[in-house]
Amino acid sequence: MSGNPIDRIAQATPPSLANRFRGFSDRTIAWLFVGPSIILLLAVNIFPLIWTINLSFTNFKANRLRDAEYIGFRNYERILTDADTWQSMQATAHFLFWTIFFQVLIGFALAYLINKKFKGNDLWTTIIVFPMMLSPAVVGNFWTFLYQPQIGLFNYVVSFFSGVDPSSFSMIGDVDLAPWSIVIVDTWMWTPFVMLICLAGLRSIPDSIYEAAECDRASKWRQFWTLTVPMVLPFLMLAVLFRGIENFKMFDLVVQLTGGGPGSLTTLTSIDLKREAFEKWRTGYASAYAVILFVTVFGLASIYVKALNKVKER
Amino acid sequence: MKASQFLMATALTAVVGLGASSASAASMTLCWAAWDPANALVELSKDFEAQSGIDMEFEFVPWPNFADRMLNELNSGGTLCDLLIGDSQWIGGAAENGNYVKLNDFFEQEGISMDDFIPATVTGYAEWPKGTPNYWALPAYADVVGWTYRRDWFERPELQAEFKETHGYDLGVPDNLEQLKDIAAFFQGREIDGKTVYGAALYTERGSEGITMGVTNALYNYGFEYQNPDKPYDIEGFVNSANAVAGLEFYKALYDAGAAPGSSNWYMSENIDAYKSGQVALQMNFAFIWPGVNADPNVGGDKTGYFANPPGPAGQFAQLGGQGISVVANTDNMEGALAYIKWFAQADVQAQWTTMGGASAMRSVVEAPGFVDEQPYNQAFLNSMAIVKDFWAEPAYASLLLPMQSRVHSYVIAGQGTAQEALDGLVADWLEVFEDEGLR
Repeated sequence: MSGNPIDRIAQATPPSLANRFRGFSDRTIAWLFVGPSIILLLAVNIFPLIWTINLSFTNFKANRLRDAEYIGFRNYERILTDADTWQSMQATAHFLFWTIFFQVLIGFALAYLINKKFKGNDLWTTIIVFPMMLSPAVVGNFWTFLYQPQIGLFNYVVSFFSGVDPSSFSMIGDVDLAPWSIVIVDTWMWTPFVMLICLAGLRSIPDSIYEAAECDRASKWRQFWTLTVPMVLPFLMLAVLFRGIENFKMFDLVVQLTGGGPGSLTTLTSIDLKREAFEKWRTGYASAYAVILFVTVFGLASIYVKALNKVKER
Repeated sequence: MKASQFLMATALTAVVGLGASSASAASMTLCWAAWDPANALVELSKDFEAQSGIDMEFEFVPWPNFADRMLNELNSGGTLCDLLIGDSQWIGGAAENGNYVKLNDFFEQEGISMDDFIPATVTGYAEWPKGTPNYWALPAYADVVGWTYRRDWFERPELQAEFKETHGYDLGVPDNLEQLKDIAAFFQGREIDGKTVYGAALYTERGSEGITMGVTNALYNYGFEYQNPDKPYDIEGFVNSANAVAGLEFYKALYDAGAAPGSSNWYMSENIDAYKSGQVALQMNFAFIWPGVNADPNVGGDKTGYFANPPGPAGQFAQLGGQGISVVANTDNMEGALAYIKWFAQADVQAQWTTMGGASAMRSVVEAPGFVDEQPYNQAFLNSMAIVKDFWAEPAYASLLLPMQSRVHSYVIAGQGTAQEALDGLVADWLEVFEDEGLR
């Protein structure tokens, strides 16, 4: 028997299997392997997408017996001229921008600190990462208690530092505070994720680069801006992409926390879409809404990925 | 084992499995919300199991997810439920979409008369279209929004004296909504037994139906009408009448003056918690909670009193709750499901139902001599059931409910715009729904 591992594998392959594939070209065998995945992808992704686009031009309601009628671009026109839709878009934009801003800022700072060698480093990493291990629904639920004006820890802490009466403000009931209440919770939960990605970026920078900079007498400040930040930037941008896509879909945490209120101030597009599709059962309308959101996210993500690739190429 | 033998064995196993499944057809699933009355129904149904030999299984879903879960089940043609105790507002959609079985012939055949039930519950839980003798359910659980109050606090001489001096009338069960607001404001932020307490726990929930189930108790009593009584779906000037605007302004004033801090998204369970933990003097809630309050070691017994929603300038009404029990059209055990309805409609079973923690809508039970004295809340329950009104029960009820949640919450809780703007906006939203539905 040959000692070559490839020969050994060839010899170990059952003859019936080898016979079965004998005569197939490499291309055919490649298609045989890839085929099931492509069929699955077509079935669960592409077909529903095409079907959704088709439904978006109808007045179909999934809970009605009557047939759908084609109504052209009427659904799109109604969505884009609906003040409520724009309000939920604004709420989503506010949520997206500020969660990403704070998560990047705090996540990078934490990663920078954790990257320094100190005693208990691993323990602190584990503690910091803990919030992202929880279910968003659970987090939403228990933060409603933390935000309770009479018994909530959050109000108590704010009161302790500011002297304001804890029961004098309601984070989830106040028009000005409610949009920030969901930003705070999401930041608390997902900053560790950004931190981990930044940490991976920081640890990928070879020490030799910093040593060379030291030899050139570069200050710590200059090292940070000319070495650390540019080299971590692709990682940061990846984190922003992940968090952006995730937060665009944000649903469970906000539903548990505010139910979309007060009024519709924290009704994000995903909540609005769910209500249209599965509470009002306006399937055609909701399909058009989903297509608009898909195009928006897909367009923004494509532009962003191009920018990310350019940063990587530098 | 060759592949073909393996496939054969798998197929045989599947066939045997299917056989076993159909062999256990003598079981049925009843779907309802997960709450105390559902547990009572499990106990009550043991009698049916013993009589019929049918095993009862239960699928109980927590209230916040109940509508989503069950309407998805019905609309997707699911076969989970043979029997469903569904919300009163679902009846139109379930009837028109073929989700429920029409029960008229069955009732006639079995001698079940709707005259035996409280009329409002028949209209609310069983009829579609409303006001016509077309029955899709048997009234199963009678419920209505009412109030509980801390009688022990109300009876304190020092508080009575202070209240009388401030308002010029006695502290007690309010005679009207304005007095209710006075009382809520009186207790707001008050120190009682070394603890700060508040006026009232109101329905303010945004996500499902909470604030609508609360605000209607003010709107109805100030003169809000869903539509022109002479012209269906004509709502302009009825939904947004001057009286309706005053009703909405009242609810906001009540919230601002007497609601517990942080109660911007409260519904049934939050209100119960606030009341039982001694945070509030008054609690708005469905009557189903009253047995639990009465039995509570902290606030139960003599410490609590009960009253119907007080009248306003245009009359006295209260928001209907409760549900009817329906046979799901997709059931594969129609005979068993109908047998359950027949069993449940018996007067002695209904009496037992109330005794065990349910709330029968059968007149022989609630009009029986001694019923009022059986529990301290029974009189308030009867008074409340006599004044009920319900939200739309159209097939598009959710499309009508969601804008009301949004408009009312924006005004009452977020303080955005005026009451007139909120109701004008609601009229526009509802007219759009009616046009979509081809009703106008």
